[in-house]
Amino acid sequence: MRLAVEIAKVGVLVFVASILQVTLFSSVQILEGTPDVLLLTLMSIALLRGSIYGATAGFLAGLLVDTANLATLGVTSLLLTIAGYWIGRYGETTGRDRAHAPFVSVAVATIVVQFGALFLHYLLGDPVSARIVLLDALPPKIVLNLVLTLPVYALTRWVLSLGPKPEPVTEVRLLG
Amino acid sequence: MVGALVLLSIVLITIYFREPAGGGLHGAQSVGAATLRPFEVGAERVARPFRDGYDWFSGLLHAKSQNASLRSQVAGLSQQVIQNQTAAEQNAELRRLLHYVGSRDFPRGYDYVATAIISRPPVEFQQQIGIAAGSTSGIRVNDPVVNADGLVGLVTQVGRDNAEVTLLTDPTLQVSAEDLNTKASGVVSQGEGRSTLILDRVSKSQTVNPHDLIITQGWKAGPLTSLYPRGIPIGVVTGASVNDVNLYWQVQLSPRVDFGSLQSVLVLVPKNRHR
Repeated sequence: MRLAVEIAKVGVLVFVASILQVTLFSSVQILEGTPDVLLLTLMSIALLRGSIYGATAGFLAGLLVDTANLATLGVTSLLLTIAGYWIGRYGETTGRDRAHAPFVSVAVATIVVQFGALFLHYLLGDPVSARIVLLDALPPKIVLNLVLTLPVYALTRWVLSLGPKPEPVTEVRLLG
Repeated sequence: MVGALVLLSIVLITIYFREPAGGGLHGAQSVGAATLRPFEVGAERVARPFRDGYDWFSGLLHAKSQNASLRSQVAGLSQQVIQNQTAAEQNAELRRLLHYVGSRDFPRGYDYVATAIISRPPVEFQQQIGIAAGSTSGIRVNDPVVNADGLVGLVTQVGRDNAEVTLLTDPTLQVSAEDLNTKASGVVSQGEGRSTLILDRVSKSQTVNPHDLIITQGWKAGPLTSLYPRGIPIGVVTGASVNDVNLYWQVQLSPRVDFGSLQSVLVLVPKNRHR
């Protein structure tokens, strides 16, 4: 039951973030950069719930975005799956309980996703400009994402904390 | 698990990329997009006030820089409009000159140098203009200058690539002329007004009628010839008076050429001149 609620909350978060990203945030341009709220939500889920949640949420979010935008199916899924998994692994290992983990993972994920998107679209023969994507858009995008990291992370943590709490431990079983 | 998702993504990309537009994945995507559409519309409506607020503030922030940019654009476009108008006027004048050169009215035995006016008299009592052609174009002192309307003046100074033209309205310039209809002859010179001419030395025995066209006479006496070829229009008779004391008619002319709006002229160069 608890797992189902957890999955439902992650699903709703990913769905809402995807729709908001497609309809609202993708058209907000500040200094040539566009904030990626979906990536921030994904980062928060991956850091709070681990790499499997991160990868699965990334795959589904990518599928939603590509479907809504009528873009090549699988491209965003591939990028966000890898990003979600890496952030999850980072949170489970090096970034565990580190206050700067959300910021580091957002900065790295933004760069990786941007480079990956450029590479994939280039492979698919889409008209892309490395100068626009990497020089004009990437620096302001990193800054915007870093600015929005804390509120999105806090909101995601709050949403994920809603609902039934885990039952307190009543007995200890010694292993080995 | 993660490997499977990555593999699934790659498979999706491959199939989507390879299949035709009406393929299965495209169809599924279409259905998915249609399903998501209501959510997008709802999100769009909810976000509309925030978006409008953002646009308003963003517009306010950019208004100042946009204002400066637009002002600069307006200045540039105004300059362009002026240049276009000038070019159009010049084009019309050059067409008229070209038409004149090809017509039967153009004096025989002369070549022409078409040139632009590059300077105008700074004060009213000066009646000289500068043209953008000089000795390198074959122009010499005393070459007549015309345009499609008629006689403009005479070259009075020549430089290498420019020359000075004294206008017909200058008091020092006198041109032997005749009435095209009655053949009454006289000398055209500056009139009383700023842009008026008179035809002087017309004997009382000759007849001059209002609206008659006065043209250059182009006389020839032995080795001497007039500086102006015959038949170039000068002006139209606007009035004539005579009294018992005067020996000649006092004929007022309205010049054919509008000296105030000259842009281009033709300098007539004799064909038999050795450069």
